[in-house]
Amino acid sequence: MHIPDGLIGPGTSFGASAVAVGALAWCVRDQHTSIDDRQVPLAGMAAAYIFAVQMLNFPVASGTSGHLLGGVLAAVLVGPRLGAVCVSVVIVVQAMLFADGGLSALGLNIVNMALVGAIGGYAIFVTLRRVLPRRPQSVVLASGIAAALAPPLAALMFTLEYALGGNEAASVTTVAASMVGAHVIIGIGEGVITALTVSAVITARPELVWGASNLDALQHTPAGAAAGTAASTAASTAIDRMR
Amino acid sequence: MPLVSSRKASGGTTAIVVAGLAVALALAFFVSPNVSSSPDGLEMVAAQLSIDTGERPHAMDDGTLADYTIRGVDDPALSKGLAGVIGVAATFSVATVGFALLRRTARRRVDVGAVPIPGPPS
Repeated sequence: MHIPDGLIGPGTSFGASAVAVGALAWCVRDQHTSIDDRQVPLAGMAAAYIFAVQMLNFPVASGTSGHLLGGVLAAVLVGPRLGAVCVSVVIVVQAMLFADGGLSALGLNIVNMALVGAIGGYAIFVTLRRVLPRRPQSVVLASGIAAALAPPLAALMFTLEYALGGNEAASVTTVAASMVGAHVIIGIGEGVITALTVSAVITARPELVWGASNLDALQHTPAGAAAGTAASTAASTAIDRMR
Repeated sequence: MPLVSSRKASGGTTAIVVAGLAVALALAFFVSPNVSSSPDGLEMVAAQLSIDTGERPHAMDDGTLADYTIRGVDDPALSKGLAGVIGVAATFSVATVGFALLRRTARRRVDVGAVPIPGPPS
């Protein structure tokens, strides 16, 4: 999913850079309201983990591979704004140290992988959380589904960039169909890896998972355990659904 | 989110950060040399549809760490594994130092001690 130099024209690349800079400035603005001391090493770890997992290309259709983008994962762990910065750090390190992703395409790649995943994907996650019961399993499920949708959404964003600054060798609809088709399959891997990782962290330290900070079970553990009958669970689920 | 003593909170965070970094380093060193080397979705589509005619080589294609290998380390698995370890360390360092600086700047701006605890996401 890393766009190399020259694939998209300079005007569109510059525009994407402007969007990326503006969005990241918003992400780090007023961080005293959204970052605490514990989140600094946690966000660093999330970035390092995403770097490692992005190296793990898994085979998809014949002769094609895919890898985690990580935007939804980062957003669920440390919040959408810090999460977008985490993935952006990964993209910059990849481009500057490992020659992966063009230097002139940094803005494009940050928009497609960091912003679409951590901001757009997180919006899907929050929407799913609203309709699912307030249980840890719901956080895992919502993060998996949102993560599965992030690569096809990134593919659509790439298509938009191609429409604006591509070489016009193929029609926009052809590019959209091919890109979304390939990334729907990659999305399954993204969803599984994200759900497994969120599940592991939520089991170990649920209070550190940003996207799990409004769970009933965490807020009143004794009452939650006492009220663990099928009837009350069903009732609270019904109430949650109506909200 | 309940308020806990900073000592306890930082100890608990340290454990999970160390665990996460250990997993990341292990994946980078042991697993990354053995993964699929097929082109990814974008490379595949770009080649199939010939939309990559304008592509230029990366300015750092001859760099020491280009394409997740270390120049001079001949064993391919070791080369990629070590490059991955360097990448994990670099990413963690850049992100942690960056966030810590951001945190300090933010603190100075709002006066120490007046830092609210983050709220729920929705």
